[in-house]
Amino acid sequence: MCGIVGLFIKDRKLEPDLGAMLVTMLEVMSDRGPDSAGFAVYGEGRPDRLKLSLRAPAGTDFDALAAALRAAVGNDIGHVVRDTHVIIDIPAGTEAAVRAALAAGHPGIAVVGAGTRMEIFKEVGLPGDVARRFALSTMTGSHGIGHTRMATESAVTTNGAHPFSTGPDQCLVHNGSLSNHNAVRRVLIREGLRFETQNDSEVAAGFLTHRLAKGEALGDALTSTLDTLDGFFTFVVGTESGFGVLRDPIACKPAVMAETESYVAFGSEYRALADLPGIANARVFEPEPATVYFWERAA
Amino acid sequence: MTLPLMEHTIDLGSASVRELNAALHKVGPDVNQRLWRVLNPGGRHSVAAGVDAALTIEIDGHVGYYCAGMNKLAKVIVNGNAGVGVAENMMSGIVHVKGDASQAAGATAQGGLLIVDGNASARCGISMKGVDIVVKGGIGHMSAFMAQSGSLTVLGDAGEALGDSIYEARLFVRGSVASLGADCIEKELRDEHKAMLFARLKAAGLNGAVDVSDFKRYGSARQLYHFHVDNAGAY
Repeated sequence: MCGIVGLFIKDRKLEPDLGAMLVTMLEVMSDRGPDSAGFAVYGEGRPDRLKLSLRAPAGTDFDALAAALRAAVGNDIGHVVRDTHVIIDIPAGTEAAVRAALAAGHPGIAVVGAGTRMEIFKEVGLPGDVARRFALSTMTGSHGIGHTRMATESAVTTNGAHPFSTGPDQCLVHNGSLSNHNAVRRVLIREGLRFETQNDSEVAAGFLTHRLAKGEALGDALTSTLDTLDGFFTFVVGTESGFGVLRDPIACKPAVMAETESYVAFGSEYRALADLPGIANARVFEPEPATVYFWERAA
Repeated sequence: MTLPLMEHTIDLGSASVRELNAALHKVGPDVNQRLWRVLNPGGRHSVAAGVDAALTIEIDGHVGYYCAGMNKLAKVIVNGNAGVGVAENMMSGIVHVKGDASQAAGATAQGGLLIVDGNASARCGISMKGVDIVVKGGIGHMSAFMAQSGSLTVLGDAGEALGDSIYEARLFVRGSVASLGADCIEKELRDEHKAMLFARLKAAGLNGAVDVSDFKRYGSARQLYHFHVDNAGAY
């Protein structure tokens, strides 16, 4: 089943409320997916810096981890801890060195996302609890996407939780199931992509990353999923500056959107949107099947 | 004896859907609270489902899945959008959605009237079995799939595969039809059909507002009733 949500802020005055709004949306979607939850938030960023979202086993000493990375790569590394995750803030040119240091000295730590503005958090547990553990309500930003998972295609592990990020500042949440993900994964691996899980949704994220890397615009990349991916899907994707939605041609999975002058919101069900400010006067509509919807933030 | 119409309000901001529906199910013929107002539905599922009494139930806001499912006798008005499966398996009465309806509106409904002022999305009237559906906007793909009886009247456009594997329902569309499904064909709109269509539009509050001659009629070619190997590809 799964529940997916997304929020794209148009009126910058609302940016401080992004996290709090996402919390209500995620929590309401608990009964569509109670086994794990995750979200990506696009906050402030600087072009010369990169944020790595890391997930670590319980009990990890994050200060020692940061110190080890500084010793290996250089002192200009910041870190912010949120429960089992830590956001490492590094100079843009040092990503490969940091990843190498992590792989060499800290094999239990997973890089769940990287980008100038994107931070990703995901864990097993009830969506409301997951949001509280990471203090989502305190997060600010221009847009974010979230997922509440009912596992169907792979195990109930944090690895199987969404969002999936397979490229810089790119992430995807998926409601549905893909039937040809193994075949597509094999093709993408031959093209040089790496996958961390057996999850079908990671393949969808990887497919988009592959197309974007070839120079396609996000809208075109989303459209091309209609030809390649077989199965049921509603995708909500985030990029550094944008927010997109796509449903399969059969429109098997539910979706509803609301747009006001201040924001665009997506939910698997209207209930997820019911507590948003100004929703009573929003334009509420169902996205058409096989149609790409995309909003971008001015630079 | 005509009972005086008394209003009763339930606020779903504080009461549960279970409490609302239990109260609606308890209403007997000797109860004079015949007008029910439901506040703050907030997209909740199964609002006013399974009602079996001649009540008027007015819902102020958007509802989730299966609103007014299995409705019998009641008039249910949704002042907003409805989620998947509004008026599913309705037996009689009226369900009037003032906004849009999501997928499978009126699915398997056996009687009564479903009015959607906005658009209905995919699979509107799927397996309908006697209901009359009037959609003032457009409908999505695979509408009236395996429709067995009743009528579907659409003032706007219809999506792909209209009436796929249809049995006997009557489909009237004023706008364009993206494509017809297996065994669904356009049929002549004779005077008897115009009269029927006029009656449906009148019941939906469109008395004289729309010219019945603007519609096209679609229905079953009846080629798939019995298995014939030459039709195997069409099933």
